[in-house]
Amino acid sequence: MIRFTNVHMTYAGGNEALKNINLHIAQGAMAFVSGRSGAGKSTLLRLIALIDRHTRGQIIINGQNLERVRDQRIPLFRRNIGFMFQDHRLLVDRTVFDNVALPLVIAGYRYQDVRKRVQAALDKVGLLHKANSNPVALSGGEQQRVGVARAVVHRPALLLADEPTGNLDPALSWDTMKLFEQFNQVGVTVLIASHDLDLIKRMHKRIITLRQGRLLTNAADIGQS
Amino acid sequence: MRTGQKKSSSRSSLMDEIKRRFSTWALQHAQAFVFSLGQLIRNPFGNLLTVAVIGISLALPTGFYILLENARQVVTGWDSSVQITLFLKYEIDDDSAQGLAHRLEQDPAIAMAGFISKAEALAEYQRLSGFEEALRVLGENPLPSVLVIRPGVTIATPDENEQLLARLRQLPEVDSAQFDRQWVKRLFALLDIIKRFVIILSSLLAIAVLLIIGNTIRLAIYNKRQEIEITKLFGATDAFIQRPFLYSGFWYGAGGGLIAWLLITISLRLLMQPVSVLSELYASDFQLISLSAKNILSLMTCGVTLGLLGSWVSVHKHLREIDPS
Repeated sequence: MIRFTNVHMTYAGGNEALKNINLHIAQGAMAFVSGRSGAGKSTLLRLIALIDRHTRGQIIINGQNLERVRDQRIPLFRRNIGFMFQDHRLLVDRTVFDNVALPLVIAGYRYQDVRKRVQAALDKVGLLHKANSNPVALSGGEQQRVGVARAVVHRPALLLADEPTGNLDPALSWDTMKLFEQFNQVGVTVLIASHDLDLIKRMHKRIITLRQGRLLTNAADIGQS
Repeated sequence: MRTGQKKSSSRSSLMDEIKRRFSTWALQHAQAFVFSLGQLIRNPFGNLLTVAVIGISLALPTGFYILLENARQVVTGWDSSVQITLFLKYEIDDDSAQGLAHRLEQDPAIAMAGFISKAEALAEYQRLSGFEEALRVLGENPLPSVLVIRPGVTIATPDENEQLLARLRQLPEVDSAQFDRQWVKRLFALLDIIKRFVIILSSLLAIAVLLIIGNTIRLAIYNKRQEIEITKLFGATDAFIQRPFLYSGFWYGAGGGLIAWLLITISLRLLMQPVSVLSELYASDFQLISLSAKNILSLMTCGVTLGLLGSWVSVHKHLREIDPS
């Protein structure tokens, strides 16, 4: 699903964020990217989502060589990916339902399909009864779950999450991780950047550790890959 | 999941694909159309202010245009009453002058040719000028015969009158010919200047409307920065992101057009009464003309076009600057 071959990423300012990354994450796997702030976790996710383009090497996502994805095709490419952020980044000028519906509306689904899928996604995260609330009326944990629903509502092949539990207490963090695991179990490839080592160790999934832009080979590999 | 899978080459599935794409496209347009209107309605005060400014900017040139149209209406009536005075050569006697008058009346371009004999001219001149004594000393009547020509009713434009005047000057009996209402010509010249002024004013105000809408859309784009970033991350195309902003521009323009229409209708209502009093004093049946359906249509078209253009320019300039982070 994800294959990095000798990938380098140097930002315009000369900051070498990633150095010679070789990485393979199989279809349907769930993996964590860990490391300190500035180690390159976010950069790794940004390259996968084509927010930034890598400067050297080769990245293949879902069979697509990212160098061959032209700028005009980026939107279509991204429709296969679900995103989660540390700050939930919900739009506060609309209801929870409309927030979750966003990826479907972008992809041009009919309203009937949108409604069915949004309801299913909200049901899955246990927030169907909040569909008509405004996101600001929800607790932090609920907001994050709405974020999860939005990330999976369009059934992406790949789910990317950048510090999804950064603002949550341990219990809520655990629930959120379990939620990701459920989506992984139905076939979604999940890649989560997190610096909460204690938490991710308990998940018993593959952990990819970055340090100063380099991959620590198998340093923290536990569990299945 | 993905919709861009390899299409089967069979014709019907290609047609289905085209149909599906078209219906998606139409659906998204309808969504953006309604969504943008909803967004505007959600912030009624600020948007009403913007629309009002656009409305006034559109109303000014439109109002001038309508006044100009009314002025033209009035002047058209006057123009047909322009008279041409023909001073005949001195040696032409009254009989042949009268003959010429009859001949000229056959001309379709001429409605009436009045004859003023030398004696009549002298009598009138004596009465008006006060040079009675001096004229008596001359002994002989120094004045030529005069024909007063009224152009045919079908002739309206100053150009055609000018042609008629030139033609009359060619006549062998005629010494000189002139409009006795030169000021109508001057008025036409003045109206031409005003017309040009209205065009300049309209262009300036059109630019103002463009800037107002462009700036409003620019602010809207910055206010929606987060939304734009999120939608880009979830695979929105530029066209998708632009659409609500373009439709906002459409609504601003259409709203401005409506307000301009309203303002002009009210203003004309207010003018109607005093104008009819004035025209009664001139024993004229002049009626203030209002915006025709065609005028309203072009007003709305202008508003909408400026709205779309302003937002398009703004969107193209500012949307590129926003990238997901």
